[in-house]
Amino acid sequence: MKWQMPKKLLGLAAVGLVAGAGYLALPQKTEAQGATIKIAYVDPLSGPMAGIGDTGLKNFQYILEDINAKGGANGKKLEIVPFDNKLNAQETIVQVQKAIDQGIRIITQGNGTSFAIAISEFVTKYNERNPGKEVVYLNYAAVDPILTNDKCSYWHFRWDANTEQKMAAITTFLQGRKDVKKMYLINQDYAFGHGVRDLALKFLKEKRPDIEVVGNEVHPLAKVSDFAPYIAKIKASGADSVITGNWGNDISLLIKAAADAGLQVNFFTFYAGGTGGPTAVKQANLSNRVFAVGEGFANIPHKASQDFEKGLRDKYKVSLFYPRGVNQMRMLAAAINQAKSDDPKKFAAVLHGMKFEVFNGGQGEMRASDHQFMQPMYMASFGPIKADQPFDEEGTGWGWTIAGKVDTKDTNVSTTCKMNKPS
Amino acid sequence: MAELIIISTLNGVLYGMLLFLMASGLTLIFSMMGVLNFAHASFYMLGAFLGFQISQWAGFIPALFLAPLIAGGIGALVERYGLRTVHKNGHVAELLFTFGLAFIIEEVIQMIWGKLSVDYRVPTWLDFPAFTIYATNYPAYKTFMLVFSIAIFIGLIYLLTRTRAGLIIQASLTHPNMVGMLGHNVPRVFMLVFGLGTALAAIAGVIAGAAYVTQSNMAALLGPILFVVVVVGGLGSLWGAFVASLLIGLLQTFAIASDWSLNKFFGDFITPTRGTLLFDVWTVTIAQIGPILPYLLLVLVLIFRPTGLFGTRET
Repeated sequence: MKWQMPKKLLGLAAVGLVAGAGYLALPQKTEAQGATIKIAYVDPLSGPMAGIGDTGLKNFQYILEDINAKGGANGKKLEIVPFDNKLNAQETIVQVQKAIDQGIRIITQGNGTSFAIAISEFVTKYNERNPGKEVVYLNYAAVDPILTNDKCSYWHFRWDANTEQKMAAITTFLQGRKDVKKMYLINQDYAFGHGVRDLALKFLKEKRPDIEVVGNEVHPLAKVSDFAPYIAKIKASGADSVITGNWGNDISLLIKAAADAGLQVNFFTFYAGGTGGPTAVKQANLSNRVFAVGEGFANIPHKASQDFEKGLRDKYKVSLFYPRGVNQMRMLAAAINQAKSDDPKKFAAVLHGMKFEVFNGGQGEMRASDHQFMQPMYMASFGPIKADQPFDEEGTGWGWTIAGKVDTKDTNVSTTCKMNKPS
Repeated sequence: MAELIIISTLNGVLYGMLLFLMASGLTLIFSMMGVLNFAHASFYMLGAFLGFQISQWAGFIPALFLAPLIAGGIGALVERYGLRTVHKNGHVAELLFTFGLAFIIEEVIQMIWGKLSVDYRVPTWLDFPAFTIYATNYPAYKTFMLVFSIAIFIGLIYLLTRTRAGLIIQASLTHPNMVGMLGHNVPRVFMLVFGLGTALAAIAGVIAGAAYVTQSNMAALLGPILFVVVVVGGLGSLWGAFVASLLIGLLQTFAIASDWSLNKFFGDFITPTRGTLLFDVWTVTIAQIGPILPYLLLVLVLIFRPTGLFGTRET
């Protein structure tokens, strides 16, 4: 009896090996992409942040459908291919490698600064070792300033405003809000959350030194299921406002817990617009007390973008989370057209320093010195929609209203990037 | 300050009671079969998803009773046709069996309900603030969770100490052969206890799923802490599980509420420069290390009191 087990196992292993070898021997469809240009979307599609990854995927699918309907890029269609990184740094690199193995040479990712740094470094090294097969990384949401400063790379392009620019926008807005006197900072305990915290402290000192910071908290990323203990602490601190960079479940659960406890404070956020956020704000009845900073919002009176928003909502039943995603993909298509090639080495040279009319109107520029996209930023507050505002969020009857605009020149932060431009 | 203490106590007790609902089943199963059920938290997750599904079809109250019944039934079947067969091959095989089962349950749940979190909400008739302490509202649903889990706890104690079935279970814990000799079907008792234990975990899932987030990784988030509870309380001890659950619930909640760091006490004497390792150690607050405190407690208990707080045998 004891001897038979290993034999059985051996048999199984042999079958597995043969099957595996057979799979590997199959010709992979790497070269057969004449008709489409594939873009790998490497983001969480399972686990606590899957909601964000899923909505992002739908956004990109619609964005590319729109571009394809207008002729695609260089005569080819664009296609987004999802890869689940399980919100895990190691898995992120595995998935990027998998995408490259399939012949995909454009990577896009946004959720998780630490993963973004890993991808940027991986892609840069890969390109050094594989000249002629360059891969480009388009970053639509990972906002750690380091990516366009000390760790900048020629092969990394960022369309989202970085933390420093966003915090500059929030604190500029706070200069007009003298009712804010006691600030509480709560952020996720990883590189991005620490960055938000440090920059908030720095900019508040510069722009609103009279504000007292009554609390400064970090909590585990994507692990807290009940924020009630944190809310009790905010309440006890006597804060009238909160600054948070939380995203995904961490922002919606935070506001949900605030609602349950009846905490009435202002929330100055990066991502209150994410899945579940609007519903939580409505439940909390925080009318026009939750603010978000972003490069575009649904109710900005600008016809082309409102038509686009409506088309997306009709088809995929989600809001446009990523106006910057539209900028990213439209610029990608334009660069490929201009370069007359979908070879990353050729179109990256066009993206480098490219100027572009942004989604919600206004001039944007992919700054050549660090590949940070410069664009107008908005502060919006969430509350009951008015008659002339077509869009609410998550069926709440509440929507985003622009509370302030920060022009491109006012978020023009300096960079320490020394970019190695390939010859 | 008083407000923070009262609210934190309520939050801590609530979290502790939820832990207890799960840990009680785990510790009962361990003391009977001598095997740590790695899939226990998966039954909690199964309960939450079944609760979500049934409340969509029939409402929250039917879900509250049906979901644990179904999950408990599945648990009993797992014991009858899975564990009992594997039992012959010893404890390691049993352990590996439950380990594999946890993955299977997670995969099946992802297949049925997907990888995204489902929209499982607090029933509207319980969605209001129950009472206000100073200026903080305490939600009715959380009050309900608290009362319900305390009721289950009392029911469980009554069942185990005051009924005939409870006597047989207790006897089977310590003297399974003797109970068998007396004509009781000990394997069936094992099966029922396994079913009961998984049903308790499922109850916790049904009520916690609505308040928090119901998604396919909720078992993985909670699993490790359950083992801490049963080890700290003493393997096999119901009272131990109860005390350890409350202890850990309160410990974690109060850790979050406190801002103490070494810097706060000794900052006047030593002020390390920013960016050094010492600075990080100096300024880390109890709130930040809150999530690892239970595991620290686990290590300390294993070193200084290997039987756990109320246990009688070594872990």
